[in-house]
Amino acid sequence: MKQSLFESRHQPQWQAFAEQLNQLEQGKAKASDMAEFPHHYRRLCQHLALAQERGYSSYLVDPLQQLALRGHQQLYRHRSQLTANVLGFILAGFPRLVREQWRFVLIASLLFFASLVGIALLVYLFPDLIYSIVSPQQVAEMQAMYNPNASRLGRAAERASSEDWMMFGYYVMHNIGIAFQTFAAGLLFGLGSVFFLIFNGLIIGAISGHLTDIGYGQTFWSFVIGHGAFELTAIALAGAAGLQLGWALIAPGRLTRGESLRLAARKSVQMLCGVMIFLLIAAFIEAYWSSTTTIAPWVKYLAGAALWLLVAAYLTFAGRVSHAPE
Amino acid sequence: MPSVPLDTRYQIETPEGIDLPLRPAGLLPRAVAFAFDLGVRGLIMGILLIPLALLGNIGIGLGSLLLFLVSWWYMVLFEVLNQGCSPGKQVMGLRVVQDDGTPVGWSASLIRNLLRFVDMLPFGYFLGAISCLQHPHFKRLGDLAAGTLVVYRERPLARPQVPQAQALRLPFPLELSEQRAILGFAERQGELSAERVHELASILATPLQVSPARAVEQLNGVARGLLGPA
Repeated sequence: MKQSLFESRHQPQWQAFAEQLNQLEQGKAKASDMAEFPHHYRRLCQHLALAQERGYSSYLVDPLQQLALRGHQQLYRHRSQLTANVLGFILAGFPRLVREQWRFVLIASLLFFASLVGIALLVYLFPDLIYSIVSPQQVAEMQAMYNPNASRLGRAAERASSEDWMMFGYYVMHNIGIAFQTFAAGLLFGLGSVFFLIFNGLIIGAISGHLTDIGYGQTFWSFVIGHGAFELTAIALAGAAGLQLGWALIAPGRLTRGESLRLAARKSVQMLCGVMIFLLIAAFIEAYWSSTTTIAPWVKYLAGAALWLLVAAYLTFAGRVSHAPE
Repeated sequence: MPSVPLDTRYQIETPEGIDLPLRPAGLLPRAVAFAFDLGVRGLIMGILLIPLALLGNIGIGLGSLLLFLVSWWYMVLFEVLNQGCSPGKQVMGLRVVQDDGTPVGWSASLIRNLLRFVDMLPFGYFLGAISCLQHPHFKRLGDLAAGTLVVYRERPLARPQVPQAQALRLPFPLELSEQRAILGFAERQGELSAERVHELASILATPLQVSPARAVEQLNGVARGLLGPA
């Protein structure tokens, strides 16, 4: 068949297909009109193959190729049921993922919590050590915040509800930013994650050791214990996700490094979604519960312990049943 | 069609058994697109922060949430919800797709944009630029991990007129690539100067067995013959 004949015979079909594509791309398509779309797409692919095989001119082949590409983009769109997926992920997927990656979680937790506890003890025993880790100015700031004589607590004064809002926004931005950094830096063969885990561990540990040492322990610990359950776990998990990335580069196994990185990234970004949920919860608790001074410290300790147990139980037991809610 | 193209085209084979070419975008257009996006983000922040600043503490809270959204989610939201184009990419005619040519999804977009942080290390997109420059498809580190690709969006082509000539049939068969070359010559004549057209056509004067002066006309005739009657 000559090119002109081929073209004049099928031109209306291509135009109709382009029309459908426009509608789909602008999101205006109605489901009833699109029932034939896959069929039209395959026909177009056939026409393209024919046109190429018969050596028709580029100005015919190229527009067909463009149409096929656009059709491909529309046909192979991943459609996911977002709410069901999110629910499934929270109820089962996330804890399962954490358990599946227990090696990285273990290493990241050891790095983070060991440096935290270790430096806290050291600073408690050798108080001057704090100044080689945290700048004097920051130490003074921290002392002012947790001074039990002032009625100030947390990173702001006893607050009106509008200030709770402010701190919520601040915590979300600050903490999730740190978690993202800890994760992303893992791409540098895991070294970046190791660095951020230890670095954050040292800072937090040094400050907690110092505040305990100078007798502000009550105000400090009652403030941090509640949201710490979510916040610290989340940072460790973000580090674990980063380590996973790095490990995929160091030891790709039988895959190429690029391929193994892609697979690891897909897993670790899921872990990071869980981390974000944790940090949102942490920011919420930090802004609305931890900062209240009207509640007796022992209640806060009790609630904090319960939250730690809750997190541990969630990560250990949730999603064990094989027919988890779909 | 040559199996390995000379240019940077990236072929994907679809389940329908056809090859689709994608044209990956290099460092410069992507950098310009990013700069544009940076400007847009600055503008959004500037415009929204002024009224928020008047709201006092709630405003600061909302403001930092907004800062978080704009700095970490701006690209992701646009790429997933706007056919793979952030405003900057839209302006530069780029889009993000998966390696297999399908639209970019949430997780891939999230990966490539979170890892942007590493691409920016140690300063000014240094690692990203190096990775982009040495990769055959111009991928930065985030793209490598997410399995995504930044490509040029296809632009509609204007169809040129094939010059009028008496349709001819050659006494010998043409190969497909030859057929396409002759058609390409006829279609693209309008973009070339008369001298260049003549020069190109005279290369084929001997096999066509005509004088160089008549080669252009002869080739147009062959092209007409290949196209067939309209």
